[in-house]
Amino acid sequence: MAKMNMLHAINSALDITMAEHPQACIFGEDVGYFGGVFRATSGLQEKYGKHRVFNTPLTEQGILGFANGLAAFGAPALAEIQFADYIFPAFDQIVNESAKFRYRSGNEFNVGNLTIRTPYGGGIAGGLYHSQSPEAYFAHTPGLKLVVPRNPYQAKGLLRSCIKDDNPVIFFEPKRLYRASVGEVPEDDYSIPLGKAEIVREGKDVTLLAWGAQMEILEQAADKAESAGISCEVIDLRTILPWDVETIAQSVMKTGRLVISHEAPITNGFGAEIAATIQQECFLHLESPILRVCGLDTPYPLALEKEYVPDALKIFAAIKKSVEF
Amino acid sequence: MTNPNNVSLNLSHALEFIDGHALNIPTITLLDQNGNLIDGAHAPELDKDTALRIYDTMRFIRLLDERMQAAQRQGRISFYMQCLGEEAAVTASAAALKDDDMIMAQYREQAALAYRGFTLEQFMNQMFSNEKDLGKGRQMPIHYGSNELNYLTISSPLGTQIPQATGYAYGQKLKHIDAKTGELNSQIDAVTICYFGEGAASEGDFHAGLNMAAVHGSPVIFFARNNGYAISTPADEQFKGDGIAARGVGYGIKTIRVDGGDALAVYAATKLAREIASKNGEPVLIESIAYRLGAHSTSDDPSGYRSKDEEAQFRDNCPIERFKKWLLNQGWLDLSEDDAVKEKLREDILNALKVAEKVAKPPLEDLISDVYDTPIPALQKQYEELKEHILQNPDAYPTTAGRIK
Ligand SMILES: Cc1ncc(C[n+]2csc(CCOP(=O)(O)OP(=O)(O)O)c2C)c(N)n1
Repeated sequence: MAKMNMLHAINSALDITMAEHPQACIFGEDVGYFGGVFRATSGLQEKYGKHRVFNTPLTEQGILGFANGLAAFGAPALAEIQFADYIFPAFDQIVNESAKFRYRSGNEFNVGNLTIRTPYGGGIAGGLYHSQSPEAYFAHTPGLKLVVPRNPYQAKGLLRSCIKDDNPVIFFEPKRLYRASVGEVPEDDYSIPLGKAEIVREGKDVTLLAWGAQMEILEQAADKAESAGISCEVIDLRTILPWDVETIAQSVMKTGRLVISHEAPITNGFGAEIAATIQQECFLHLESPILRVCGLDTPYPLALEKEYVPDALKIFAAIKKSVEF
Repeated sequence: MTNPNNVSLNLSHALEFIDGHALNIPTITLLDQNGNLIDGAHAPELDKDTALRIYDTMRFIRLLDERMQAAQRQGRISFYMQCLGEEAAVTASAAALKDDDMIMAQYREQAALAYRGFTLEQFMNQMFSNEKDLGKGRQMPIHYGSNELNYLTISSPLGTQIPQATGYAYGQKLKHIDAKTGELNSQIDAVTICYFGEGAASEGDFHAGLNMAAVHGSPVIFFARNNGYAISTPADEQFKGDGIAARGVGYGIKTIRVDGGDALAVYAATKLAREIASKNGEPVLIESIAYRLGAHSTSDDPSGYRSKDEEAQFRDNCPIERFKKWLLNQGWLDLSEDDAVKEKLREDILNALKVAEKVAKPPLEDLISDVYDTPIPALQKQYEELKEHILQNPDAYPTTAGRIK
């Protein structure tokens, strides 16, 4: 075990992958010598050469088009999109191409070797083009997997699973936590299964659900609730697609209540999907309506970020509302 | 003084713009319309077997196109796209490749697939989206693909295969890179060819794909089929400047323009392109100039946007006839059997059509397979519910109800 921040943990997962596959390639804007704008790929070009770790021209659709081709060839393609806000020029390559390669070809071809890493989310005073959480756009697309880690240990283990998974995966990295979150991480290889939520804290009165950077906020809210005598079960969804209905449903059948939180705007956010499904699965067990504490339906603001984001207080208010319904 | 790319700057003191049309790239043509080698032209090395295979493929595709165009008119298939006018460009370029080379096509390149050995039955199964279709009946007719034949399955959104070809070719090159020095340590054994139209060359993917291939040295042959039209839009409303070829030069890519009606010229250019790509590990651009003789697709009616006169002018320049005359000049073709072979092919095509038409549609399982490597739980659940629903209403779902396991 070593103390690592999330960037070190990600770097370690990439390092293991590069050592394991002689054809694995890491590429994206500024990822070469510079190590990426957040330095997640630091030192890897020195270690594996310019032909396997390299800067691309400034073209997201090019990066993903290239990555699709490389992955279809059979080489692990580790593509970085510098900010999730800039993933949209590559939207077609991801949604129409990566996601449908296997399906449309009757499994003659696939891009299971593709992993897209991209920093997402707010909390860094980045304003509307450096703070978005676009997971819901991709969650509407069969053929993709979407994964979001909440700390360094999760980041390394989940990223390794994304890379090993035989499907294209987008790995959303909570950029606010890149350096802020530090923890014990094994230096050796390990992986954390995809498609499984994790019960981070057990409780009996209400289930709280989130992912990524929002988990920290959820735990703060749970602490507040505990002091007010409310016992919270806190769950990290970890994989958004495919998501773990069973773990959430079981928890909600136990607590009878669910509060979901995400940074992205509430309308058609992934919380809507969870609410609809859990309502169907757990209808007779629900003691109160499922509540969502999410971003507003506005672009991500700069000055009034604190008002905009779902913070611990808003979540605590929702918890009380749910329990007192 | 150098520019940031370390190319010496050519300093001047006369304030002069370079004209957008200053490049006037020549069009390589070797055969005249009578199949005679033009004075001063050199024929590439092309053995008799390959030459005849090119001819057979072109003739087969012409007949298949005719038959399937008619089948669409009869309502037997939903859609079709002919290769009419571009048979030589597509077939001869495919013939200049090795079997391990990857083909990434746009959609109008059935001749390349046929040249690789895709069978008549496989063509039909795809068009009738039956249970034998390699693509499991998921895409419109003509969206072929075959892993065995190194032919990437067609995708409808235009241009997407261009940067993919760059990536794929990069993978092909990686195998030959010295891990320590990063230098090519041997000739690249398999390269990628990427076909696209002059219309698709306006997509952002084109820019992205060519630029990345140039910068990273992907061994890919970009084959632009400039056939004068993108559906109804003529080339002069698609781009200014000297065609697609001029852009290749702009990206720092070795470029050539060929007469796409001349199989020999296309073969020679592609052969050379392959040599450059595999030896240097770099991209090459070929622009083929031909004319799209037929409609864009069966959903299109070209009489609305071009004149009969215009079409007639090109109709006389049949690329198949031109190559056929050359074969005859070589003494390689025996015309006595030509008609009989054509008749037999027509019959085979019709028979294959009738067989494929009767093969069952894909089973219900194929609706949910291949979305992921294994179906995810939510999908499995939706599938179970759908199955239940179908079993309760079998009459409403006659194609699948009786076959649900
Ligand atoms: C991204 C995208 N936009 C629009 C279309 C609709 N479309 C299909 S074919 C076509 C014209 C293509 O022309 P060109 O690339 O010149 O090829 P050609 O048909 O002449 O062989 C268009 C606009 C599409 N398939 N994909």
